Amino acid sequence: MAEAAPPAPDPVATTPERVKPEDITAVRLRHPIRWVAAIVVLYIVVALAYSLVTNANYDWGVVWQYLFSAPVMKGLGLTLVLTVVSMLIGIVLGVILAIMRRSENPMLSGTAWVYIWLFRGTPVYVQLLFWGAIGSLYPFITLAVPFGGPDLIHVDANTLITPFLAAVLGLALNEAAYMAEVVRGGLLSVDEGQTEAASALGMTSAQTLRRIVLPQAMRVIIPPTGNETISMLKTTSLVSVLAFSDLLYATHNIAVQNYKTISLLIVASIWYLLFTSIMQTGQFYIERYYGRGTARVQQETLLQNIRRRMFTTSREESGTGPKA
Amino acid sequence: MTDLMLKSEALHKRFGHVEVLKGIDLEVARGEVMCLLGPSGSGKSTFLRCINHLETYEAGRLWVDGELVGYRQVADKLHHLKQSEIAKARSEIGMVFQRFNLFPHKTALQNVTEAPVQVKGMAKSEAEFHAKELLDRVGLADKAGNYPSQLSGGQQQRVAIARALAMKPKLMLFDEPTSALDPELVGEVLDVMRGLAKDGMTMVVVTHEMGFAREVGDTIVFMDGGVVVESGDPREVIANPKHDRTKAFLSKVL
Repeated sequence: MAEAAPPAPDPVATTPERVKPEDITAVRLRHPIRWVAAIVVLYIVVALAYSLVTNANYDWGVVWQYLFSAPVMKGLGLTLVLTVVSMLIGIVLGVILAIMRRSENPMLSGTAWVYIWLFRGTPVYVQLLFWGAIGSLYPFITLAVPFGGPDLIHVDANTLITPFLAAVLGLALNEAAYMAEVVRGGLLSVDEGQTEAASALGMTSAQTLRRIVLPQAMRVIIPPTGNETISMLKTTSLVSVLAFSDLLYATHNIAVQNYKTISLLIVASIWYLLFTSIMQTGQFYIERYYGRGTARVQQETLLQNIRRRMFTTSREESGTGPKA
Repeated sequence: MTDLMLKSEALHKRFGHVEVLKGIDLEVARGEVMCLLGPSGSGKSTFLRCINHLETYEAGRLWVDGELVGYRQVADKLHHLKQSEIAKARSEIGMVFQRFNLFPHKTALQNVTEAPVQVKGMAKSEAEFHAKELLDRVGLADKAGNYPSQLSGGQQQRVAIARALAMKPKLMLFDEPTSALDPELVGEVLDVMRGLAKDGMTMVVVTHEMGFAREVGDTIVFMDGGVVVESGDPREVIANPKHDRTKAFLSKVL
């Protein structure tokens, strides 16, 4: 506190003559371990890339030859249809099961519990085989008036349950059990006060569920549902066992003829990977939509992220997220 | 009993084996502001929730505007009300919660319009017109488009009051409306409530705000252990409490 020293800038003063201190220029920290790790990883990546190009067994020519071939395209189409149909049925059934489990009627909640127990407790592969062989269990499916009344519908199970229907039944009914748990978790995550506030306003329990609870539960339901959908796309590959000509079945059929197993597995993998990537992107935008009102700052999209990284300096960056 | 908005007669409420309300006798006249005080666990919030069917009661009777709460009397038998009848009764009573309970996925305006549109079937444009008036009344006209997470606690609670008012309730219930607020935000919420009282709204307020109770309350009721210990004119009760239990409580909160 020397008297002769120039007046130090008062930190509280807001007068214009306040002197702004110079920006700090500190010596950057060195990160030698990061460099070592980066070099090791780079070596592995280069080695793999090199083998991808030089190992003739990959046979990229064959991959290109079949990537867009008609049977592969047809198989891909069926795989996508199967994924979408099974997932939609799975979600709808899952929501119904989740609401049943919350019911005060023990018959409804008990039924839902048993359903989930049964379909989650056995492998989906086994369930698919069951649906494929349902004809030997119930040769005919009959809808009749009970106690000896006339038949209303009477069909041969093997005609009714086509490989496609067996695949949809197997995948959708199994998925419903998982979706029920996902939805139930979402419903449980919504604060009790929300239901109270809605009912205090005179909303019925159906209105409360549809307008207040479900939209909020969506935020919790969406991420695992995205995972389930991605997982469903891949699980459809199991339906080859029902002689259903999905993507894997189509590529396998080609491979047994030309013995290029690896090349055709790569063809299938490329398509699976492309569509799981598309789904991931879709999931991001849906999550962003349902996160509105919850996050003060909305998650930025990939494009926004790149734009920000390219056109702002690190100092400007803090606290400049797009507003929700 | 047209001048009575609320009447409670020997009201009893049990949670399992714990008796929370042990015979509450109270009357609230139309346009009256009643403040309920008491230590936590005294049953004041439970009583408030019984009025709005958020809790059922096991014995005694409770009437709102001459209508029995929760049951319908046919001859000398009581029948449970249907869900739709309970919803109808609730739609005529406004309730404000300690933790606001605004709908986080809806803007302030949407929070206010939700019930008029969904419950009363009001046209959206009309509901929005009224909602803007109400938000203006609670001093938040400029926050209509904001989500609850973008509002302060005091602002959220004022939106919650506007949301309750949108149903044009004949009775407003407040369950510790300022207890979850920072001290500096309490005033703005109490101001809104003061304005409501001045406009003649019938209000039952569970609160710890002694200043508010003394200034705005027409009656003050001190509850403890599930019974009404003392009630009367706020200035009188706060200045000269008759019961030791009231004296002990007031000496701690004043």
